[in-house]
Amino acid sequence: MERVGALQEKARQIRIDTLDMILSSGSGHIGGSYSACDILVALYYDVMKISKDPADPDRDRFVLSKGHANPVLYAILMDVGYVPKTAKNTLRQFGSPFQGHPDSAVCPGIDCTTGSLGQGITVGVGMALGLKKQHGSQRVFVVTGDGELNEGVCWEAFMAASNFELDNLTIIIDRNMIQLGNNTEKLMKLGDLRGKMESFGFMVDEIDGHDFNALLPALEKKTVGKPHCIIARTVKGKGVSYMENNVAWHGGVPKGDQIAQAYAELGGTYNE
Amino acid sequence: MSEKRATRHGFYDGLVALARDHEDVYAVDADLGSATGSSIFQKAFPERYIDVGIAEQNLVGISVGLARVGIVPFCSSMAVFVVGRGFEIIRNAVAYSRINVKIIGSHTGITAASDGGSHQAIADLAAMRALPNMVVLSPCDYNQAKKMASVMYSHEGPVYLRTSREPVENVTSEEDEITLGRAQKLRSGKDVCIIATGMMTVLAVRASQILESEGIDATIINIHTIKPLDTESIREEVIACKGRVVVCEEANMFGGLSEAVASSLVEENDIVFAQVAIEDRFGQSGATATILEEYGVTPEAIAQKARRVVHH
Repeated sequence: MERVGALQEKARQIRIDTLDMILSSGSGHIGGSYSACDILVALYYDVMKISKDPADPDRDRFVLSKGHANPVLYAILMDVGYVPKTAKNTLRQFGSPFQGHPDSAVCPGIDCTTGSLGQGITVGVGMALGLKKQHGSQRVFVVTGDGELNEGVCWEAFMAASNFELDNLTIIIDRNMIQLGNNTEKLMKLGDLRGKMESFGFMVDEIDGHDFNALLPALEKKTVGKPHCIIARTVKGKGVSYMENNVAWHGGVPKGDQIAQAYAELGGTYNE
Repeated sequence: MSEKRATRHGFYDGLVALARDHEDVYAVDADLGSATGSSIFQKAFPERYIDVGIAEQNLVGISVGLARVGIVPFCSSMAVFVVGRGFEIIRNAVAYSRINVKIIGSHTGITAASDGGSHQAIADLAAMRALPNMVVLSPCDYNQAKKMASVMYSHEGPVYLRTSREPVENVTSEEDEITLGRAQKLRSGKDVCIIATGMMTVLAVRASQILESEGIDATIINIHTIKPLDTESIREEVIACKGRVVVCEEANMFGGLSEAVASSLVEENDIVFAQVAIEDRFGQSGATATILEEYGVTPEAIAQKARRVVHH
């Protein structure tokens, strides 16, 4: 499984780049970046048809609806060459393409400005519908948080996705079970999420969101006439033991000994 | 006097004509096509008409997605709902993102009379004016609304268009040229400058006829572009009328055209300013004529304010 091994190594590097960026900025959402990291790596380095030119209209589209997880996306956009690596230490700084939440107007390769939760889903549905109307073969992939699904507009958009038979649309739910304030099932329970998505007309797969052997076939899958939903069971803060499944690491930044431990566990070194 | 027609229908007649030459023009609605007028487009181009159901957030969000893949979507609902419930999506996904989405709010002001206050948009101008990157248009009659489709299409970026349910006579002609961002002079006078937008322009023209019979010679300026506002022409015309100005809008008195005009005049001396607008109340059901009378938005109310500034 050379393919999977290469993706695992890529994900390790991207997690380190993400940590570098958050440390240099002094803020940023690391927990949700790490839960979504393997999903994004599978998409950008294997499943999606991307192009050297971020403005190429024929490439597949990606929407990070959980826009606060942008450090991991920024790390990838630099690695694939959409944004110069000189931007790495500018996260959340004045004039940076790496705004606190993704802004398509200033950052090449961002297909949708996000940050306001729920919006990436409704816009992603519109993109998929527009591509279908124009008989395009491009696919649209949207990564959403689970807490994000508290927003009503997500369900308006899900209804529309199946109504318009958007089989070019894949919604990936980063099911890390933690939102800002608490466990999702304690704060505003999502309950039978699979059943909910199926009842909204989606073809649903539920997989381990850190296992590339499960991610790749699920992301490649298309069902004629139906939008696809992948419930990716993930671990918030995946990769750094003290962050994992800990609500405190929604927006925390490692300090002191935590920094060295994080790099050690990720197999990297801290270049201050 | 010409046949009375509504701006909500004029706009979609114009959009159908535009769409014949531009395949990227789509209309999107939230199950109110017969009310907003978009059903006119649906009949002409069913394959380019998208109904998202009763979901105004999704109406705007889907339109943004369409725009992001090269379509020029014109999305509509009653202004109360598309501007109100859709506001944060308009704010972040359209205006902040500088996306080429056109938003049409119908049933503005209090002349959606029988539907009652829940359906009468009086704060849409204030809300849309407050957003950076947003162009705000308000045609005065059917002929002008019809031209708005191509004006909006030619402007790359977010636009809000305000339409009305109320049929009114045309005060502009099919031949009149309009330019985005430019005030339009409909009548040249010297005693008072009446600045109006939307249906109020039609009432202002009627008011000028009352005033003329009393020996008051009014300038009538129609503002079809509320943002960006043609402040230079406004200043010139008001000064030419001895600083006397009456601003008329079918919207709440705060945040709309009146305050925009007042802002443009604050550095001028000897301005006498009056406003005809809804005086910080919600609307209610009733016959249109009754409602207009109750809320003080009539030709006579405009004439009365004009007399007051003239005899100040």
